[in-house]
Amino acid sequence: MNVPIRPLVSASLILAVSAFVLAGAVADGGHYFPPVADKTTAEECGSCHLAFPPSMLPAASWRKMMGQLDQHFGDDASVDAATADLITRYLTSNAGDSSGLRFSGKLLRDLRPGEAPLRITELPRWKREHRKIRAAEWADPEVKSKANCAACHEGATRGYFDDD
Amino acid sequence: MSGHRFISTLLLALAFPALAVAGPRDELLTRYTSEARAADAGFSGFSAARGEALYRDRHAGGKPDTPACASCHANDPRKPGQTPTGKSIDPVAVSVSPNRYTDPAKVEKWFRRNCKEVLGRQCSPLEKGDWLTWMISQ
Ligand code: HEC
Ligand code: HEC
Ligand code: HEC
Repeated sequence: MNVPIRPLVSASLILAVSAFVLAGAVADGGHYFPPVADKTTAEECGSCHLAFPPSMLPAASWRKMMGQLDQHFGDDASVDAATADLITRYLTSNAGDSSGLRFSGKLLRDLRPGEAPLRITELPRWKREHRKIRAAEWADPEVKSKANCAACHEGATRGYFDDD
Repeated sequence: MSGHRFISTLLLALAFPALAVAGPRDELLTRYTSEARAADAGFSGFSAARGEALYRDRHAGGKPDTPACASCHANDPRKPGQTPTGKSIDPVAVSVSPNRYTDPAKVEKWFRRNCKEVLGRQCSPLEKGDWLTWMISQ
């Protein structure tokens, strides 16, 4: 048998590295929320606010939100049907409860199965993490809205929310 | 392409240079012109001054926290603006954002959303052409 050694070695190297990266993220308490990597989603869902990481909500939330984009928190965020389809597929397959993704377990832990909240900022865990922030800080003109994550989390666009 | 077709295309392009380089912005203006004419036979062209007024005026009928286009787009269209959620918006003046108004579907999508947001109704072809005319001059 003629086993090609080089590809095998690099494959196991890649596996070893990703296992290391995964372990790092988990040991960190799951602070990393992979940012939106799909171009269409980043553009359509990132023009009015941060393109929120799909792992911050369960798939049922994204499905529900995508079904009522014309009434999106008082805004009309609707897109054509083909684009909506593409975005829905991307968001649901990278959602916080999709298999293989455990990073966001902490943020979604207190949700009952089947629950489909539309706001990250209404998640019980999110509220607990932010309970020490005073009304004056939320009202700061630099912040304007709880959904303005990047005003306080410098690493938000890169997927990091554990800095100050 | 046959040689004959190629030659006539070339001749056409040479005869109508403006036609040959007509960009998406010109196509949009042409479209808004015919729509404006269809809506009002007395239509006599777009106006940058009316476009500026549309941009700056505070309107009733839309959402109270965004009464003007300039509520999100900066007072100076050459400067970046900001959404109510704090996200920065690239300037809307063509001189500093040359890629603006080059994707007609994108332009129409945002007119649809933002006119509803500010005016509580859709913008007319006249208003869209006025906006575009002012932005091209900025
Ligand atoms: C036209 C503007 C606009 C577009 C486009 C848009 N949104 Fe929003 N979105 C809003 C507004 C306004 C809010 C409410 C923000 C606030 O409370 O300050 C919001 C809130 C949200 C929230 C809840 C934030 C929270 O409080 O936890 C999520 C999640 C969200 N949007 C996802 C999306 C997705 C996914 C898309 C793309 C399909 C999208 N948005 C496109 C305007 C928009
Ligand atoms: C007014 C400032 C502010 C805003 C706006 C804000 N946060 Fe935070 N956030 C904080 C502070 C302060 C903490 C607690 C200290 C820390 O761990 O960084 C925190 C903690 C967190 C944590 C836990 C971090 C950890 O330890 O793993 C997450 C996740 C988080 N925020 C996500 C978000 C998201 C998502 C948004 C937007 C929808 C947001 N935050 C908006 C200030 C803010
Ligand atoms: C609530 C905030 C908000 C208001 C108010 C607003 N806009 Fe916008 N506008 C945006 C955002 C966000 C974008 C897209 C982001 C980008 O393209 O950089 C945009 C983009 C546009 C575009 C697309 C430009 C292009 O590149 O094709 C047009 C046209 C436009 N707006 C017109 C208007 C008009 C007309 C008004 C007033 C009637 C208005 N806007 C008011 C937020 C707003």
